Amino acid sequence: MNPFARLIYHEKTRPITIQCVCLVAFLVVTATLVYNAGVNLKEQGVASGFGFLFERSGFSINQMPISYTEDSSYFRAFLVGLLNSIIVSFLGIIIATVLGFFIAICRLSSNFLLSKLAMIYVEILRNLPLLLQIFFWYFVILAALPSVRESYELFDTFYLNNRGINIPRLVSEPASGLVLLSVVLMILGLFGYHKYINYHHMQTGKRLAIWPAYLVSGLLFLCILWLRDFPYSFEVPKLGGFNFEGGLVLYPEFLALLFSLSLYTAAFIAEIVRAGILAVPKGQVEAAKSLGLSHGVTLTKVVIPQAMRVIVPPLTSQYLNLTKNSSLAAAIGYPELVSVFAGTVLNQTGQAVEVIALVMSVYLTLSLSLSAIMNLYNKKIQLTER
Amino acid sequence: MSKTFTKLGDWLKTNLFSSYANSFVSLVLILLVIWTLPPLLNWLLFSADFAGNTKEACDSGGACWVFIKVRLSQFIYGFYPTSELWRVNLSLIIVALGIFGSLSGKMGPKSWWLIITSTGIPLFVWLFLTGSLFGLTLVETSSWGGLLVTLVISFVGIAFSLPLGIILALARRSSMPVLKVLSTIFIESWRGVPLITVLFMSSVMFPIFLPEGWQIDKLLRALLGVLFFASAYMAEVIRGGLQAIPKGQYEASDALAMSYWQKQRFIILPQALKHVIPGIVNNFIALFKDTTLVSIIGMYDLLGIAKSAQSDPEWLGYTTEGYVFAGFVFWIFCFLMSRYSLSLEKDLTKNTH
Repeated sequence: MNPFARLIYHEKTRPITIQCVCLVAFLVVTATLVYNAGVNLKEQGVASGFGFLFERSGFSINQMPISYTEDSSYFRAFLVGLLNSIIVSFLGIIIATVLGFFIAICRLSSNFLLSKLAMIYVEILRNLPLLLQIFFWYFVILAALPSVRESYELFDTFYLNNRGINIPRLVSEPASGLVLLSVVLMILGLFGYHKYINYHHMQTGKRLAIWPAYLVSGLLFLCILWLRDFPYSFEVPKLGGFNFEGGLVLYPEFLALLFSLSLYTAAFIAEIVRAGILAVPKGQVEAAKSLGLSHGVTLTKVVIPQAMRVIVPPLTSQYLNLTKNSSLAAAIGYPELVSVFAGTVLNQTGQAVEVIALVMSVYLTLSLSLSAIMNLYNKKIQLTER
Repeated sequence: MSKTFTKLGDWLKTNLFSSYANSFVSLVLILLVIWTLPPLLNWLLFSADFAGNTKEACDSGGACWVFIKVRLSQFIYGFYPTSELWRVNLSLIIVALGIFGSLSGKMGPKSWWLIITSTGIPLFVWLFLTGSLFGLTLVETSSWGGLLVTLVISFVGIAFSLPLGIILALARRSSMPVLKVLSTIFIESWRGVPLITVLFMSSVMFPIFLPEGWQIDKLLRALLGVLFFASAYMAEVIRGGLQAIPKGQYEASDALAMSYWQKQRFIILPQALKHVIPGIVNNFIALFKDTTLVSIIGMYDLLGIAKSAQSDPEWLGYTTEGYVFAGFVFWIFCFLMSRYSLSLEKDLTKNTH
């Protein structure tokens, strides 16, 4: 064999040749792209680097969890966008999970009407593009609500109109620090007591009652509130001029995004949960019944723990999808990461490479950390074979 | 007669009124249906307007389907020149034929149809629709729109993401570390970011990476973005299938002295792909729904057209109709694909047991 043919055909050298070719091709392509980018950016007169992050942004954002003004830096705008993304994804995940489990249970119900309605919900929602659902909520349903002056109201404290939902805001006074601390301590205490009950149960086979602990903590909480002279008040929205003043406003962009994200994902979660419950062998339920376990105990101690093993991995990817889908807010102008950063900031600064790279790496980090958390949980509920 | 009644009674008793709680739930749900369904049907059909060509024809209080009727050509073809619409129609027929051929197997070997549908047809359709072939009138892709753009993006995405996904999946499972690392990085970085940032990248960043003076059509750039994104997801589904193949299959084909490609082509891939057909179809459905995102970067797919129609000064106030129509079209496509995937799944489980 001549040496050149040997490189291609010999069993030992062939993989090395292939890998070298691939690596060189990859490096050449990357180098070309970087070189082109360098030339093009120089031509456009865009200074590269992340220095722009600390310049004055000069635009305002209407929904901000942290203080932000036009004089704040681009980095501050980035934080606002990131927090908005996290808020909507977090709430969306909670609503979608609760709703998804509920629909799955309805779908498995023996009630014909209930299970068919749940099926219709799933089939309609998951076969429609999410963006269309967002538009439908935003431009059709929420836009059809009455104007501010004719708002729907509840107890003169909650208002629903085409500019969103106005709800009271919890205002804490300086004296509330101790209350907050005591709440944290109480939650830790209850958590510890739960652990202790489980341990005691394992050791002795007797289960201690949990309710006294809750009762004591509740009374303690009230006492502390009373001692500190109730350091909380509610700021109720009031109609003044053309809009409501005070209170907390949930804007239509936020509501449209939250509703469509959670309803859409709930349809997928419902199918996952249903498949998980159906995957538990029938014999398990029968065995539990023959042991004389009640319906509730069978469900919580036999069926669900086993179903969770099937449910959690696909559930994780639904959570990831929801987080990534929250970026569709760019289409209706909810100021989350993509619309603030890949939208406004990109247009203002023209630093396409840095902005897009930053946004993409944030999503990569979010995805990876969420899946790491879910992997931990998954490991915890896996079958432990002894 | 009385027999059917007893049957009906039995059915009602077991399915709706088996216990007090169940009866209560059923009653509430029946009330809910009575309360919502008639007004909905009334709006959609019974008091909707179908006749006429102007806004004035819509006066009965129901949905104004006249609006859709007047704009139907825009919903389907976008702003494609009216005199050239036959090209779109012909392309749609060719694509439909290709898909039918690769699925049914009644018109010759499926694999040949599959290869033609995923290579020759997209290329031909692209050249035919842009008009850079056969001396046809040139039609800029910026004037494409509506269902046409939705179908072009999803068809090309579907046709090319499968082979690309297979290559990526094989590379990720290969024993060569360089290939493994490169494909893992490629797959995970596409999967970790939302499609919308990929599309932003394709519309804003892509031109920066090209040599000076080069330009790529906007639709083509979006297509590339969608394609890479979809093939990363496809690769993961296919990898799942590859993992399900027992080691013995590899060893047996090695024992027969098969080359790597022979082994993959005749032994591994046929089994692996069969395992994951439902997953692949689900990916197709997701891809089809995701094509709507191109409307955010300023292209007019079906959803984009529906959205732009809501600000037409001549037809203000018919937003709902536009979205309901677009939703209906999307729903039909996705529902049919999901049913097809279900029936495949049933066939496959039947064959293996």
